[in-house]
Amino acid sequence: MRHHTSEVGFIVKGRRQRRRRWLIVTSLLIVLLFILCCAMLLLGNTIYPVEVIIRSLMGEEIAGANFAVNTIRLPRMVTGLFAGFAFGVAGYIFQTMLRNPLANPNILGITSGSSVAAVFCITVLHSSNTVVSIAAIIGGLITVTVMYLLSRSQSFSIGRLIIIGIGMQAMLDAVISYLIIKSSQQDIAGALRWLSGSLNGSKMSDVIPLIIITAILTPIIIAFGKQLSMLELGDQMAMSLGVSIDKTRVILIVSSVFLISIATATTGPIAFVSFLAGPIANRLVAASAQNILPAGLVGANLVLLADLVGQFAFEYRFPVGVITGLLGAPYLIYLLIRMNQKGEL
Amino acid sequence: MSNKHVFRVEGLVSGYENKTIIHGIDLEIPENKISVIIGANGCGKSTLLKTMAKLIKPTEGDITLNGKAINKYPSKQLARTVGILPQTPVVPDGITVADLVGRGRFPHQTLFSGWTKKDYEAVEDAMEFMNIIEFANLDIDELSGGQRQRVWIAMALAQQTDILFLDEPTTFLDITYQVEILDLLTNLNQKHGTTIVMVLHDINLSARYADHIFAVKDGKLIAEGKPADVLTSELVKNVFELDSVIIQDPVSATPLVIPKGRYYVND
Repeated sequence: MRHHTSEVGFIVKGRRQRRRRWLIVTSLLIVLLFILCCAMLLLGNTIYPVEVIIRSLMGEEIAGANFAVNTIRLPRMVTGLFAGFAFGVAGYIFQTMLRNPLANPNILGITSGSSVAAVFCITVLHSSNTVVSIAAIIGGLITVTVMYLLSRSQSFSIGRLIIIGIGMQAMLDAVISYLIIKSSQQDIAGALRWLSGSLNGSKMSDVIPLIIITAILTPIIIAFGKQLSMLELGDQMAMSLGVSIDKTRVILIVSSVFLISIATATTGPIAFVSFLAGPIANRLVAASAQNILPAGLVGANLVLLADLVGQFAFEYRFPVGVITGLLGAPYLIYLLIRMNQKGEL
Repeated sequence: MSNKHVFRVEGLVSGYENKTIIHGIDLEIPENKISVIIGANGCGKSTLLKTMAKLIKPTEGDITLNGKAINKYPSKQLARTVGILPQTPVVPDGITVADLVGRGRFPHQTLFSGWTKKDYEAVEDAMEFMNIIEFANLDIDELSGGQRQRVWIAMALAQQTDILFLDEPTTFLDITYQVEILDLLTNLNQKHGTTIVMVLHDINLSARYADHIFAVKDGKLIAEGKPADVLTSELVKNVFELDSVIIQDPVSATPLVIPKGRYYVND
């Protein structure tokens, strides 16, 4: 009945190849992540034998190992894993939806909006962790709303949105610095992580809201992956193909802001992870694929790797945010130069 | 085939924020025909097309498909019957031709459905129809303007709608490609009975390829009908404010508009 099975085969083959590449990259990212997780548990001041670590994780009483592995290293690893994943997914959504690698929560100041709310709650109101998390989410949502309203005049422009975002970020960061300077001595340690994200002092109880929200929102975001890739064709084309663009946008933006804010509330702003994860995932798979999951995995890998480097590569221990900042800043400069050359700024 | 659809526009007022462009248009799109909307720059022809395709929300009036308002259809369901190729679609980064054409299948797919045999066949048919099979696994960036336009149309074809709107599908193309695209669209109309409505700039190609012409001026429909009946020098004067002589196209026997400018006019 069909005359052109060979060509159909051609198209099928192309799709299969891309699908296979996606699977291979995703699997490799998972394997790498597993290795980094093991390293996070294994490395430290004392290096315990693997079986001691396993027994300690299983709940056996082992003096020393219990504290080092269960209380220090495990929460640190879990926090880095989920925060990195959340940063990666949220960053990817923003960059893809706005069709611009610069358009991510880090650079747009959404992370800073969350941080201001969190720092205010910690240093001024002395709130509990739950309140800090909720405040961070509200802070992030308010920042997005304000930015959207400011950039909307006449017609929506991504360039204007980015410039407004950069301005907002600078302003909000100044507020954070002010709050920290004004805070009392004992709050400073807790508030400092809001300047540069850190996994120091992670506690299992603090990471639970992050785990729950990530577990709920990731499937929702992935379910909208097809719609997201349709938005890449431009609003009119997407509408013409039956995508409810407003609904898709609102769901994806609100979910991403929740992810980024709750992650920020847990670790502080780990610089540039949300900015780097998407482009790296796109490079590894293919820019046109649905790379939500790979972007999350890249984010988690980046955070754990940067934390290991920060802890063990130098004479002093650096918080993870300093290391990711060192990675991200050159890429930001490179992007700005390239976009300027192409006249996209 | 069940591709008979009644698409009707009544009392349409439309435009952008604070600016009304379409001032009351009534029309019915001829079924299974090629219609072309002509008019001067800024007359509202593109706005009319976009409003009919639900890309712009009308301020007043009704647009109905088979008696039911188009905004009452679920968006995916409407997208299985009515498709539009906008003037300047955005090309996503690093996407292959087959992948892009495949996105036209979106309204036929559900949340968890993968690609069905029907999807592959539709994509293959569309690519074969537009002669782009050989580019299937190339990056869009590697194609010329004319090839790219064929890819976009193939994507609209993969959507398999019975009604297809196209906003200036031949703009920026060489004359060879303009004729090629219009031939392919005619082919589509004759083979599948697809109802086509498009905005074209070239009045003579419009006269040749259209079964039906809608002439728009200042947001109003001032004439419609077969090109041979509608295209007179009075109409051209009225719509484009241009003096002209109408002769018969020696190739297609359709009206041919010969413009009269201020120079090079022999008495």
